[in-house]
Amino acid sequence: MANPVSAPAARQLDMKAALKEAAFAALVTFGLCIPIIAWGTRSNMENVLVLDPRWDAVAWAVAIVFVGRFLMALRQQGRSERKSMVRFLPHGTFAFFQRNSRIFSVFGLGFLITFPIIAITLTGWGGALKWIDNFGVQILIYVMLGWGLNIVVGLAGLLDLGYVAFYAVGAYSYALLAQKFGLSFWILLPISGILAAFWGMLLGFPVLRLRGDYLAIVTLAFGEIIRLVLINWTDFSNGYAGISGIPRPSFFGIPFNASDTGFAAVFGLEFSPLYRTIFLYYVILSLALLTAFVTLRLRRLPVGRAWEALREDEIACRSLGINTTNTKLTAFSLGAMFGGFAGSFFAARQGFISPESFVFMESAVILAIVVLGGMGSLWGCAIAAIAMIGGTELLRELEWLKAIFGQDFDPTKYRMLIFGFAMVVIMIWKPRGLISTREPTAFLKEKKAISADMVQEGHG
Amino acid sequence: MSAPLLAVRGVKTFYGKIIALKGVDVDVNPGEIVTMIGANGAGKSTLMMTIFGAPQAREGTIAYDGRDITKLPSHEIARLGIAQSPEGRRIFPRMTVYENLQMGAAVRDFAHFEEDLETICQLFPRVRERLQQRGGTLSGGEQQMVAIARALMARPKLLLLDEPSLGLAPLIVKQIFEAIRELNRTQGLTVFLVEQNAFHALKLAHRGYVMVNGVITMSGTGKNLLADPQVRAAYLEGGRH
Repeated sequence: MANPVSAPAARQLDMKAALKEAAFAALVTFGLCIPIIAWGTRSNMENVLVLDPRWDAVAWAVAIVFVGRFLMALRQQGRSERKSMVRFLPHGTFAFFQRNSRIFSVFGLGFLITFPIIAITLTGWGGALKWIDNFGVQILIYVMLGWGLNIVVGLAGLLDLGYVAFYAVGAYSYALLAQKFGLSFWILLPISGILAAFWGMLLGFPVLRLRGDYLAIVTLAFGEIIRLVLINWTDFSNGYAGISGIPRPSFFGIPFNASDTGFAAVFGLEFSPLYRTIFLYYVILSLALLTAFVTLRLRRLPVGRAWEALREDEIACRSLGINTTNTKLTAFSLGAMFGGFAGSFFAARQGFISPESFVFMESAVILAIVVLGGMGSLWGCAIAAIAMIGGTELLRELEWLKAIFGQDFDPTKYRMLIFGFAMVVIMIWKPRGLISTREPTAFLKEKKAISADMVQEGHG
Repeated sequence: MSAPLLAVRGVKTFYGKIIALKGVDVDVNPGEIVTMIGANGAGKSTLMMTIFGAPQAREGTIAYDGRDITKLPSHEIARLGIAQSPEGRRIFPRMTVYENLQMGAAVRDFAHFEEDLETICQLFPRVRERLQQRGGTLSGGEQQMVAIARALMARPKLLLLDEPSLGLAPLIVKQIFEAIRELNRTQGLTVFLVEQNAFHALKLAHRGYVMVNGVITMSGTGKNLLADPQVRAAYLEGGRH
């Protein structure tokens, strides 16, 4: 029941206050825009820097912020009155998905396994390559990296900003060993994983005593060190030029080429480059599923529980007789191992690698996948990876926007802007990530997930 | 009298250059409840942590069951049958109570887990009600019970309790101390208790020590210490509740 006394007063929306707020936000935007947007830089024919004023862009930004802030202010004023606010999704959507996570897992798995067939059916042999390679394989690589990093960040709670280093170790292990010794992908896949795990331990030892921000800085530095070594040690890694002509994986000894002994000929099919892509798709799918399976199993074993306990409270862990050194090292090395698998797959898929592929931005994207997905949640990671990587790929599809914004409009340029915006929105809307509930690993009678919103993280 | 289960001899602990314990001797005999009382910053918790190996004593020895544990890392000390309910409870907030208790049994195999769980739930009926709930959603008293229960899941011979009454309502403190007494009586559990709540602690304990500025100034039976005019003046009068 509405309070009869306060209702008429509150219903009057305070336009003046909202306008004031919007004007202030617009002013701040204007100030920020002057150094960032107001002048475009380019060098002319004489290689002299030329400043192009872009006041129209500034005006657009200021106008968008003004209107957006004004509407938000009005909505906030209205919120105290109306109980039912506009929601993106009906109440309890996430709870519904979580209750039926098993059914959705089966559906998701079914979809993933049949994805190449669906893609071929819908887009034909010519169009399917893009969908399977750019969307399927690309997203699955990041899903796998997200799940690997999830072991370190999500479960063990060790903030790792240099995860891409292990990806690089895996990729270079495969590339170099395959070229120098001619070993096959299937032998080198586990070797790359082991080497990456070894490097994971190497990183683990010096950072055993660090936590939080300090750990983040050291791992960040580690990632950069690996990249800089790869750039500068040209005898070893060929520096910036990278390694090309990396042997592609074969179908258990049968190469994917147009020759008489190639895959298509052996199986009596017409040659198509799509077979290799489909094969790669299934390889990365099984690698990703292996990661998920191992994570799910380990969570129920003492070591997995110790990881989670470590994330919650390190001192309590020690007083309960848990060897925190071993616990951290296993988390680092296992997470690194999956990064290494993904790296060697990446090298095998691309056929060419260079340090450019292993920049900090990659670590940041993988970490964003884990954080946006909700730390520790496999589903969350997968959804975040699909949104972030699939979203990037989708931007390439938006060519038709050129008809509206003119020929110079390139949607992929706005990738980072959209990323940033999406992150801000998710952090406002779901500050603990998309899927923030943690499923208990042990049950008495029935499962009962309790929302993370009920508990403040890290405190009793 | 039999050999002490825990023998602390001349222990000096430093935080960097600052000395926190200036040569402490404590004996805890099997089957005893021993308490250490003292004001804030006296070094009680430091002693507790030193026994558990973090920080390690710079001088002196700590022997448990005739074995020198001074330089052992914490997790190995826990494996010898010493369990600790650390100061501030430190239960795992995002894990359920059941999982918290599982972590307590981490040093052992899970063969007796269900059996031990039953025993503990009888001791703390509240813990049974909360088994499926997240640790962080419990009240302070319930968290303290879970912290003690978690320590007991390791089937320790010696239980170290660091300020179990911290921040709890008097009624809850009474319940928890009653449970400790019960454990000692029925299972012969040896307890070393560090407390600020001197009145309750001394009433519960067989023997007690008083610590001031990193030095033990007094020791005796709980009853004698309770009656001692100095102890009364310093820790009990006005502070009784």
